[in-house]
This record gives sequence, structure tokens and C-alpha cells, in this order.
Amino acid sequence: MTAAEMPTHQARLAARRLSVGYDSRKVLDGIAVEIPNNTFSVIVGPNACGKSTLVKALARVLRIQSGEVLLDGSPLSQYTPKEVARRLGMLPQAPHVPDGILVEDLVARGRYPHQGLFRQWSQEDADAVDTALRRARVEQLRDRLLTELSGGQRQRVWIAMALAQMTPLLLLDEPTTFLDISHQVEVLNLCRRLQREGTTVVAVLHDLNLAFRYADHVIVMRSGGIVAQGPPREVISAELIEKVFDLSCRIIEDPETGTPLVIPQNPDTAAKGS
Amino acid sequence: MSASSKATPVGTVSHPGQGRSRRHVVLRASGRSLKVERRTLSVCAVMLAVCAGLGTAGLLLGDYPLTVRQVIGYLFGDHTDPLAGFFVREQRLPRVLLAVLVGAALGVSGQVFQSLSGNPLGSPDIIGFTTGSATGAVLQIIVFDAGPAGAAGGALLGGFATALVVYLLAHRGGVSGLRLVLVGIGIGLMLGALNTLLVARASLVAAQTAAQWLAGSLNATTWSQVGLVSAALVLLLPMALVRGRTLTAMTLGDASAAALGIRPERQRLVLVVCGVALVAVATAACGPIAFIALAAPQLARRLTRSSGAGLLPAALMGACLVLGSDILAQRLFAPTQLAVGVVSGTLGGIYLIWLLAMERSRL
Repeated sequence: MTAAEMPTHQARLAARRLSVGYDSRKVLDGIAVEIPNNTFSVIVGPNACGKSTLVKALARVLRIQSGEVLLDGSPLSQYTPKEVARRLGMLPQAPHVPDGILVEDLVARGRYPHQGLFRQWSQEDADAVDTALRRARVEQLRDRLLTELSGGQRQRVWIAMALAQMTPLLLLDEPTTFLDISHQVEVLNLCRRLQREGTTVVAVLHDLNLAFRYADHVIVMRSGGIVAQGPPREVISAELIEKVFDLSCRIIEDPETGTPLVIPQNPDTAAKGS
Repeated sequence: MSASSKATPVGTVSHPGQGRSRRHVVLRASGRSLKVERRTLSVCAVMLAVCAGLGTAGLLLGDYPLTVRQVIGYLFGDHTDPLAGFFVREQRLPRVLLAVLVGAALGVSGQVFQSLSGNPLGSPDIIGFTTGSATGAVLQIIVFDAGPAGAAGGALLGGFATALVVYLLAHRGGVSGLRLVLVGIGIGLMLGALNTLLVARASLVAAQTAAQWLAGSLNATTWSQVGLVSAALVLLLPMALVRGRTLTAMTLGDASAAALGIRPERQRLVLVVCGVALVAVATAACGPIAFIALAAPQLARRLTRSSGAGLLPAALMGACLVLGSDILAQRLFAPTQLAVGVVSGTLGGIYLIWLLAMERSRL
């Protein structure tokens, strides 16, 4: 490995020349990504550009075809699956909800990688579940059925389950999809809070304006490749959005936060102007 | 309770602390811990008691009724009544034991497949594995004129072959629950038709043997059957039971399971092989006993109200159901002996209709 390929030491998670595919189709083609330590990193890109695949490959949920993923400096393949799960939590897009499960029981399932056949429940597990419920602000829901919660509450419970894994890294695949705006903000505020408490958070998001507002580090993807990565204010431009999303737009400053705000061009005025 | 696992004396039961619900008990012993839902623990205790009660009834009841005193006397070395000894030793005890073993095997197998497919209808008797085992045995009896051992071997082979075919046909970049159920039902129906055809075309004697076998019966159970099934179960049950928590985690879907540090494909393969082996061994021992694999996990789940994949409750429920069905089969129209599969099939059919009605009302 040459010096240029070495991950910088503040990257907890990095991919080098990473290729992933289903059958013969390559979804990710030789990409390089770095997730800086203790940031809220957001992955954006058009539908089917490989965002979800990237998250799954980083979490070793998908097998990689070539290249490598480095977790805290070592290739993922050098860890056992449980070791990975003790360092990195991942919440998939549509986890299956078991019938009649209570919030507390679901969150407790996040303790799996810390348990063994003869070490099924310790004080540490109980404390981790309490902490996770508190951090995700769902303590008061602990005895409720998951199925009777609202979409936003349910998403926070799933995040609590991943938090119960007590991992320094948390990967969320589209945690705000299907949520209305207030619940989206609720989940993103939670992500921000988790990052401030020391967790490195990575999320795939669809809403660009919310993504740029919350992200410290943004990874912009297009058809299986990385187009740009870095702090949103530095990397986001109208040209980039046009190139990636095929959308004419203006970028203005978010009046609340000063972060980039994408304003799609009005096709009527665009026609007049040309 | 703030005591750490080290400080807690051996064998004590500690309760989760204040603020936490008291639905669980954690059994601790020398740094080891076992977490059980309180309700599951009591339900298991009750089922164990029911199982013991039914087992005792199985020893007492019959055309030569025995008293508890006689049975206990025999079991503890009083051999003054040779006839009682014969009935207990050669007839009733092996039968009761086989019922328990087969019931437990079917219950666990049902729970494994229902959890993996995420569908109550994903149990081996619905998705054709039991029918496939039967096809193997019927082929042996009718085409190859085999005895009981040959039929059992055929059942094992038939079960595995059917499972393989169903899985290959249902596989499309992973096995989805509904697809597995639909393919399995289709294959099961075809094999059922094949079984009927084989019996219809067979000689009278062979057809009678095959029909008897197909009904699923514990009549004339021998100690060698009990021995073979226990040997298989000693291997297979622990293999499944140690994966209980993994199976529970896998009900969240493959991606979630992988994120928790499970290799879903590898675990699924082990669990499927284990589940098929359990149902094939049970079927090989006494023919297809209908609906136990379907009903036992569902009934156990409704009693325990647990969201996890409880393998032990399903095993106990399976044992109770087979024991109970067999006692009914023996005594309902005594001295005429019904096959246990007929009774369990009737009870299970009623249960299935109820289950489908419930599913419908939920939609």
C-alpha cells in the first residue's frame, strides 16, 4: 500500500478501490470514500446510484467484489462479524417488524453482538438499553407495541436498537424516507445530537437541503461513483447538482444556517430567458 | 437490582431494576446468565406439567388399565405383576417417549421454518417436506417392497430431496417467505397426488401397509425406534436450540441480522438442514403426523406472547399435542385404535381454519 492510499488517521471508516455488484452488474465501481471521525456524514445522489449499496458494503452486510473497506485502519475481513457489529451499527432501509414486539424488546435485540449463549444478559446490557432509549428519546415508549407507534417514533426506536449496540459508528440507510417534514427534522436532530455525543454518524438522505444543513461531510454519488466529498459549503455548487441530478438550479444560502440551499430553476422563466 | 453478575450468588434470580419492566427474569450462575421472559418461563413450566400428566395418563390408560401405584411400582423395580410390566415396558412407555420426542422435533422444526420464512404457513407440513418424506417411504414400501427400516430411510431421503427441490425452485437471489410457501404448497400437492397414485396402483398388501404408514401412527412403537429417534434428536435439538437467539435476530431480516454480527446465509443453511432433518426423522419414525409443526409454534407463541422465536416452548407444545392426540387416538373409539395423524390432522385442520379466519379479519 502506497502512502497516498493510506487512510488519514481521522477516518474511522474508509473504502479503497471498492467494487460491489449483484450477479454480473457492478453497482459500485472502484470507489474511494472516507468517513471522518466524529462527523455527521451524509450520502446523497439520484435514485439507484449505489448509495444503499455503499452503506451495506461499509457495514459488511454485502459481500464486496474487490478493493477493501478499512474499519479503524484494518480491513473489515480481519474482523469477525460480531467484532464488526461491536464497532459499527447499521440500520437498513426497511427492517422487518416482528409480530407483537414491544419497544424495549426490540431495542434489547441490539445487544446481540455483545452476548453469548451463556452470557445472555448482564447489567451492562440493561444499562445499554436504558441509555439507548434515553438517547433516542423513546424511554416513555418502552412498554408500547412497535406497531402502534407513529412513523417518526418507530424510526427513533429502530435507531435506539442500533444505539444499544454501543458502537462508535452508526450507519443509517434512508432513515427519513416516508416521514413528514417534522419527523424528518426530529430524526436529523437526533443524528446531530448523537454526533455531538461522540458517535460518528453516516446517513443516506434524499432531501438535499436538509442534508446540506445537517451534514459536516457530504458524499455525492452518481451511477456507482463518487462525484464529490467534503463539507457541503465547500463542495456543493449549481454545476455539481446539475451534473449529478440533471437539474438546472440555483444555490442560495439557507437563511437559517447559511448552508447551501438548492432552488430548482423555474422552467417557464428559463424558457423566457434563453 | 444493581448487583453485578459476579456478586450475585449462584442460582439466584435477579429482577431488572426500577424503571424497567419486570417482564423478564435473569438466571445467573457463576458469571453466566440466561434471560427468560417471566411469562415464557411459567408457560413452559405448565406445559412440562401437562406433558408429564399426559405421559402418566398414557401409561395408565388402555384395555388393561393400570393404577398409578402399579406403574410407579413397576418403574421403581417392583416386578410382581408381569402383565403390568409387559404393558408398561413394551407397549406404553416406548409409545409415550416416542410421542414426546416426535412432538418436540416437529415443534422445533415448525418454529425454525416459520421464523425463517416469516410466515406461519411456512411450516414443513404445509410446504411439502412432510409429504415428500411420505413419498420416499411409500416408494420404498410399494416399489421396493421394503420393511419398516427401508421405509424410514426412504422418508429421510424423501424429506431432504423435497426440501432441496423446494428451495432451489423458490430461490431467486435469496429465498423470500411467501415464495417459499407458494412453491412448497405446489410441490406438496403434487407429491400428495403422487402418493395417492402410488397407493392406488399398488398390490393390496403393499397398499394397506402404505396407507397405514401414511396415516401416521404410534401403534406398535418399539424401543429401537425410540433409540434411533433419541440419537438423532440428541444431535439435532441442541444444534437448533443454541441458535434460538440467532433465529430471533434473523426475524428482523437479513440486513438487520448481518448488522448484528450474524452471517445470515450460513446460519440459515444450518437451521434449514437441522429443521429438515428433524421433520424427516419424526416422519421416518411414525409416518406423517399432520399439523403439529404448523400449530405447535403458533399456539406456544400465543401462550407466551413472546415476539422471539421460542424453540423450547414450541418443542414442549409439540410434545403435548402429539401425546394428547395419541391418547385421544387410542381411547376415543376404543378398542378401535385410530392413527395419531388422523386426530392431529382433524384438530389441526380446525386450527388452520381459525388461523386463516383470523388472518383474514386482520387484512
